[in-house]
Amino acid sequence: MTRLAVPKTYKLYIGGAFPRSESGRTYEIVSAKGAFLANAAKASRKDARDAVVAARAAVGGWSGATAYNRGQVLYRIAELLEGRRAQFVAEIVDAEGVSAAAANAQVDTAIDRWVWYAGWTDKYAQVAGNANPVSGPYFNISVPEPTGVVAIIAPQDSSLLGLVSAVAPALVAGNTVVVVASETLPLSAISLAEVLATSDVPKGVVNVLTGSPAEIAPWLASHQDVNALDLVGAGALDWIDLQIAAADTLKRVLPPENGPDAAAPSLDRITAFVETKTVWHTKGLI
Amino acid sequence: MSFLEYAPAPESQAILNLRSEYGLFIDGEFREGHGTPFASISPATEKHVATIAHADASDVDAAVAAARRAYDRTWSRMSGANRGKYLFRIARLVQERSRELAVAESLDNGKPIKESRDVDVPLVAAWFFYYAGWADKLDHVGLGAAPAPLGVAAQVIPWNFPLLMLAWKIAPALAAGNTVVLKPAETTSLTALLFAEIVQQADLPPGVVNIITGAGETGAALVGHGDVDKVAFTGSTSVGRAIAKQVAGTSKKLTLELGGKAANIVFDDAPIDQAIEGIVNGIFFNQGHVCCAGSRLLVQESIHDEVIDRLKTRLSTLRLGDPLDKNTDIGAINSAEQLERIRELSDVGEAEGAERWTAACTIPENGFWYAPTIFTNVSTSHRIAREEIFGPVLSVLTFRTPAEAIAKANNTPYGLSAGIWTDKGSRILAVADKLRAGVVWANTFNRFDPSSPFGGYKESGYGREGGRHGIAAYLKTAAPAAAVAPAPARKTVSKGATK
Repeated sequence: MTRLAVPKTYKLYIGGAFPRSESGRTYEIVSAKGAFLANAAKASRKDARDAVVAARAAVGGWSGATAYNRGQVLYRIAELLEGRRAQFVAEIVDAEGVSAAAANAQVDTAIDRWVWYAGWTDKYAQVAGNANPVSGPYFNISVPEPTGVVAIIAPQDSSLLGLVSAVAPALVAGNTVVVVASETLPLSAISLAEVLATSDVPKGVVNVLTGSPAEIAPWLASHQDVNALDLVGAGALDWIDLQIAAADTLKRVLPPENGPDAAAPSLDRITAFVETKTVWHTKGLI
Repeated sequence: MSFLEYAPAPESQAILNLRSEYGLFIDGEFREGHGTPFASISPATEKHVATIAHADASDVDAAVAAARRAYDRTWSRMSGANRGKYLFRIARLVQERSRELAVAESLDNGKPIKESRDVDVPLVAAWFFYYAGWADKLDHVGLGAAPAPLGVAAQVIPWNFPLLMLAWKIAPALAAGNTVVLKPAETTSLTALLFAEIVQQADLPPGVVNIITGAGETGAALVGHGDVDKVAFTGSTSVGRAIAKQVAGTSKKLTLELGGKAANIVFDDAPIDQAIEGIVNGIFFNQGHVCCAGSRLLVQESIHDEVIDRLKTRLSTLRLGDPLDKNTDIGAINSAEQLERIRELSDVGEAEGAERWTAACTIPENGFWYAPTIFTNVSTSHRIAREEIFGPVLSVLTFRTPAEAIAKANNTPYGLSAGIWTDKGSRILAVADKLRAGVVWANTFNRFDPSSPFGGYKESGYGREGGRHGIAAYLKTAAPAAAVAPAPARKTVSKGATK
């Protein structure tokens, strides 16, 4: 007699915990071949707001951590992903209907992307900031700082890599994230959340919502306590409306991107979510 | 005459050679606008200064078309070295005509001549000089090799530093290889038009710099124009929001320098004489018409009374009056409309329970004036602690601990600037780290330099002007960007003139 499998319940990831949607809603996730995979939580407006509260609460600790520490935490995500790669490969094969080789390649790239961004935490400020030779007796320095809470609509055609490519760069500077996963491919996002929960990422630094981006995105775009909006995966939504909503609080906004190169690794993705602070220090006249 | 009274020492207006009417500056020459011309007056006397052309949508079209031609045919193809040499020429011409520009600025804007002469105009020259040198060094901006200009830049500037804001906008744009259409504020067009003459003297290729005058709808038409690649705006947060909405869904790059409600934090160990001067400079410089003004004084409770007493004594020595008088400290409020706003918010301050003190000074009969005013006993919930007054009005709040000072300083939707006064270096560094503001002045205030990035957090806008960051805002990397998704077809994006 074959053993009966124990399927996983996929829930949201908010503030380091895995709650169901407060709305009680789920929606069915099917494989590329149409077979039932799981019921994912369908996040509501309130879940999105809870996620923002959790993200805001985490800003102080994460942005206040040393760059060296953040780098190690991000690197540890790569370590844990490496150890659980088989699970992700299987999930991607099921969900996307791709070959094991293609799924392996996606996981490889996702892991390597964490490593690449982990290495930026203690370098980007040296590249993006500078000392300024002002005309006067002042020491003047410009330093980039995280903007705060970043809401992300993840690329919709990718299980893992798109999500990692959008989330990792936002974390480098010390921002915290509320990410809406791919609507049809959300399971790897929750599995990644399990990796985050068991690595050293403080609770609230990454919050993952599954469900309908069209339903959730407007609440994030207009939320007063969200500082930036990454619309990378919002190409199929009414994203101009989202930009207009974001303008009410003058959020920093990245536009949608299409294709396999969406959210390609770049320093720009890090500096899109930083603020440059310039401090003038009077030099004593001795 | 007491020792604090001075005989009048007005700067001569003889150096000015103003025309009675100014046209729009498009494609290298002045031409008439299609809108109804309007008068520019001196806010100190309400006397007519010049008649200014009013650009309508067709004029905006013409200006953008001229900028596009100049971009395609001349400016984007020119070597960086030559672009830089044009900018160096402009810097020198500004220096040569600096007295004339300062007089014109004080006449038209109402700011004291000592400020226009010693701050505004020297910084204008410095800005062009600084960015001139960048033009042939763009590989080192930090965007990789051979970064590309954006194209035609639409630039809309405010009335508080008319010529300086023009320099902040035009110098980096041109150095990067863009061409520009700039709209000065309705009440302060004059120095921009004198600058157009400088552009002619520099023999800049026609269309590289276009200056169109008018009011809000002219600016909206320019920002919304379909052939504009970059929008740069300095002004109020409400207009900034409207612009962000207007360009939503387009590929236009946007930088916004908006309002502020800066905290100027004075700790009990501050060098008190310098702090008093810094507080005065922070809020009464340029009549408080400064987006980064230190309009909220956060003073440690233990030294509150001493600071306020000394502040009142110092303010009683400030001379309010003729902007062209070299001894004037406080000039005219820029417009009747702005004066009304200052009065209204000040009245609200009193009504909400704050205690008002106004320096005793004689208010001239004509013109728009507001005597330096301090509100004490202000709470964080008062409108005068939350809203930008944009006038010579200081709201004073107190704190007991550094943590409270930081919390109060950050308790605002704005995040443009802040000040810290303390003799303790480690406290400066720790507090500066925690302030959510784009510019922090430690034991100084309201310092500006072309090499120093300036710009806000949160609702004070985004992007930086000045320094390497300032020119990066006018460039894109040579590598093709990831394909940006096309806009859904269902809605019209731009509300202004389109081609």
